[in-house]
This record gives sequence, structure tokens and C-alpha cells, in this order.
Amino acid sequence: MSLYGTDLLALLPELIVVAAACLVIALDPITPASRRDLLAWLSLGALSLCLGLTVGQINTLNIRVSAFSDLVVIDAYARFWKVLLYGVTGLTILMSLPYLKAERIHLGEYYGFILLALSGMMVMVSGADLLTIYLGTELMSLSLYVMTGLNRSKPRSLEAAAKYFVLGAFSSGILLYGISLLYGMAGSTKLASIASAIGTHGANDPLVLIATILVAVGFSFKLAAVPFHMWTPDVYQGAPTSVTAFMAVAAKAASFAAFMRVFVEGLGGLKADWSLLFLLIALVTLVLGNVVAIVQTNIKRMLAYSSIAHAGYALIGFVAAGRAVGPSGSTPGLASVMIYLALYSFMTLGAFAVIGMLRKGEREGEEIEDFTGLAKRQPLAAFLMLVFMVSLAGIPPTAGFIGKFYVFMAAVDAGLAWLAAIALLFAAVSAYYYMRVVMVMYMREPDPAAVAPRLVTSPALSFVLACAVAGVILFGLFPNPLVSFALQSVLTLK
Amino acid sequence: MTIPLSYYLVLSGIVFLTGVIGVLLRRNIIIILLSVELMLNATNINFVAFSQYFHDVGGQVFVFFALTVAAAEVAVGLAIIIALYRAKSTINIDEFQLLKW
Repeated sequence: MSLYGTDLLALLPELIVVAAACLVIALDPITPASRRDLLAWLSLGALSLCLGLTVGQINTLNIRVSAFSDLVVIDAYARFWKVLLYGVTGLTILMSLPYLKAERIHLGEYYGFILLALSGMMVMVSGADLLTIYLGTELMSLSLYVMTGLNRSKPRSLEAAAKYFVLGAFSSGILLYGISLLYGMAGSTKLASIASAIGTHGANDPLVLIATILVAVGFSFKLAAVPFHMWTPDVYQGAPTSVTAFMAVAAKAASFAAFMRVFVEGLGGLKADWSLLFLLIALVTLVLGNVVAIVQTNIKRMLAYSSIAHAGYALIGFVAAGRAVGPSGSTPGLASVMIYLALYSFMTLGAFAVIGMLRKGEREGEEIEDFTGLAKRQPLAAFLMLVFMVSLAGIPPTAGFIGKFYVFMAAVDAGLAWLAAIALLFAAVSAYYYMRVVMVMYMREPDPAAVAPRLVTSPALSFVLACAVAGVILFGLFPNPLVSFALQSVLTLK
Repeated sequence: MTIPLSYYLVLSGIVFLTGVIGVLLRRNIIIILLSVELMLNATNINFVAFSQYFHDVGGQVFVFFALTVAAAEVAVGLAIIIALYRAKSTINIDEFQLLKW
């Protein structure tokens, strides 16, 4: 066995991202501070190259290319997530430019770390072996720990990094222990071997159940599902806003992608067990995320709890896939998770972009109070925030409604109508705290004595906001292209 | 005389639980980091024991990767801890109260 050209070719997008990351870090010391924008544009160039390659890599949707003796696969499922991740990463880089300058932390290595995190995520979504999935997860997490602590002058940022690091390393340890037990059961860490070993061992082996629970706990930390969510609010609040947006969207999407592949392809034989486990997790996640978000006064913290709640909604789609009995099997459930996370990306990125550009004097406008009377002073920013909040609450005709619609439909089809009803009830609860932001912006008079909010804008940021708002509204009105893309992509996941 | 597989599994279980309890109970970040390392090493014991049992080298390869990742994790973690110590002059996690719900 040797390194074949075709294997390297299959991994070309990952290699380009890693090479670009190294190049950015190497160029950083010799780039004058005034020209650091060039590093961002270099990263964006690498991303668009990868986008072209990834789209071109698979001509037919049912093809499944394995590389490096089945360590990674290139299939339509991975392609869906990679396209989403390129988009999210590109938009994050664009919105970081003005934000990092305003916070005076415009460091070149930031772009290097974003690209390294992206390469980890790409390996996660393509991994067909627990080894590669674990390595991808770690590469993503390690880069995110550093990015969280980027604002070294703020103790809050460092504290968030330390908390994230401790809990992230703890969860990786649990995940790895689960992986080692699965290896002990199957004699290999390949998902396909694990699936066939479960077929022969039967599902009632206690070792397998313990391993499954440990792997589920490890992934639940990464997905920020209750009761493994404690790091989320602290980290989302403490991290620089552009990093928070990246974590909330890209890291969550990649974790869900790897999580679904592991549980469907590797542990599919234990469907009955894990779907019950995740049913409980989804329920408590929904309830706690939505209820605790109500009492938050910091908008980043509120969005952290909202992101926990959204993980709960996406998990409902996953549970529906595990419970599905109909002729189309788990396809609608899995596709609904993909649709949900893709749509969630637009509204969350948009909301964080607005938060990142709002400044009060020297500091960032991140308290909900800072939005008081924004509609009078900055009508356009207030309107954009309104659109994102409406979409996060899941009110038609926005993308958030479409996402919830497909998840709930999948749940009803799988015979979980009661779960969909509870989720709908808590979507109504969530409307309360999202609408509070809108109320503060539109109904309250700005306090004349207070420092007027100021916006840090740039053409790049306007472009990000335009993309986000276009995604929210266009996919809300015409969801079909995305839905059929997700339905086709999910077919390679077996 | 060979040592049965179950001995290794019991040992790794004890080491893993020691690590978990350490993370949950200790308040000094360095000790927590050490406890995480114990968890990772318990995993390595498992991998090597199973690798020997199956006569499959894959588990030992996994250990190399796990060791590398653990080293990288410590490097990043200690850097964060040093930066935090400079800012706050303490590494006791009970003292970090800026962020809470």
C-alpha cells in the first residue's frame, strides 16, 4: 500500500486549506499591519478554489469515493456540508475584518486558525473512520480554543477560552474512551466494520451500549445539547463576536455532520437505543434552552441559549430519522437536520454580524439594553436585526419557519406528533425572547443621555449582511433548491 | 503466562474514572489538565490491550495519534492558562466569576 495520487487528489480541498493556513501564518510576521487585509483575501481565494474543486469532485450524486483505505470518503453528503462550511467560513472572514479592527485584535494568525479549524471540520464531515473523525474534531476544537482567547487584553475572553478548553478536553476524553471500547468490540475503528460487528454481536452487548453512551456524550458536548451545554453561554459571551458566530454556525454544523455519520453508518444497528437516548436529550435541550434564554440580558448569551435550543430542534429531526418506519426510511429526518442547520447558519451569522457592528463608545453593544431605540437611530440595522430575530423565532415567511417545518414534518411522519407539538409550544416561548429584542429596538425611545450607538461598517460587512438577509428571505419563500439538494445529498449516507 | 484482557480493562476503567473525578472535583486548572491526561491515557491502555488481543496494529497506530493530539492539547491549554494567570494572578476556577448565568 502506498500513497496513491488519486487519494491525494480526493483530499485536494483539505490540502489546499491546510496549505493556505500555513501560508497565512508564515506570511503574518512579514506583512505590515496596514496590509493584513491581504491575508483575509488570500484565505478567501483559497476557499473559492476549494469550493470549485469540491463541487467538481462529484459528478454523479450516488458516487462514493473512498481514499486512504477507507479513512475518508468523498460523497454527496460530505459535499453538502463542505459547501455550507466554505460559505460560512467565507462570510465569517468578511465580517471579521471590520470587527477585529474595531476591537484592535486584527492579527494575521486569526485567518490561519479559521482555515485550520475549517480543515478539521472538512475532515470531520468526510471521515469514515473514528480515527479521522476524532482527529478532525480535535483540530477544529484546538483552533477554536485559541480563537476564543484571541482578545488577550480582556480577561473575559481568556476566561472563556480556559472554560472552553477544560470542558472541550474533558469531552474529547470521554469520546475517545467510547471510541476505544468500540475498537475493542469491532477490532477496527472503521465505521463499516463497527456496523458489521454490531450486526454479529447483537445490540444487547453491555460493552457496546456503554461505548455508544460515551460517544453520544462526547458528541453532545460538541453539539451543545443539554445536559452537556454548560460551556456554551460562557464561551459564546466571552469570545470575540466573529469567533462566536463561527462557533455557533460552522462548528455546530460540522459536529452534527460527523455525529450523524457515526450514528447512522457506524451505530445504525443500535437505532432503537440511541433514538430513545436522543429523544430525551432533545426534549431537555429544547426546554432548558428556550426557558433560560428568557432571563438573559446579554444578547450574545441569549443567542447562546437560543443556539442550544436550535440544537434541540435539529436533534428532533435526527430522532425522527432513528424512529422512522415509513417507506422512505430515515431520509426525511436526516435531510431535515441538514436543511435546518443550513438555514440556521444564515440567520445566526446575520444576527452576530449586526451585534458585531454595533458599538457603544469604546465597547461592543452586546447588552440587549444597547439596542434601545435603535430603529430611530439606525433604521436599517434595526430592520436587519428584526428579520433575523423573526427568522430565529420561526415565523413565516422566513427561513426559520421552513427549517422547523421540515423537522416537525419528519417527526410527525415518524409517529412523534406529540414531540412536534411540544417543540411547537417551545417555539412559541422562544418568540417571546426574540421579540423582546425587536420590542426594545422599535418601541422604546432612545435615552438622550446615553451614548449613542455607532455602527462599524464596511463594504465586506454589508455584503455579509446582504447574503444573510437574502438567504433568510429567499430560502423562506423558495426553499425547493435547498430541500432537493439536501434530499439528494443524504442518499449516500447509509 | 499472559495477563488476561479483563485486567487491562479494569485498570483502564479505574484510571479513567480517577481522571473524570479529578476533572469534576479539583479546582486548580493544572490539576484538571492532569486529570484529562489520565483519561486519555486510560484510553491508550484500552487501545494497546485490544490491539494485542486482536493482533491488529490499528489500535497502536491510534495511540500514536492520541498521544500527538494530547501533546497539542497540552500546548494550547498551558498557553491559555499562562495568559489567564498573567491577567488574573490565579488559576483556581472558582475565582473565575466574570461569566455566569
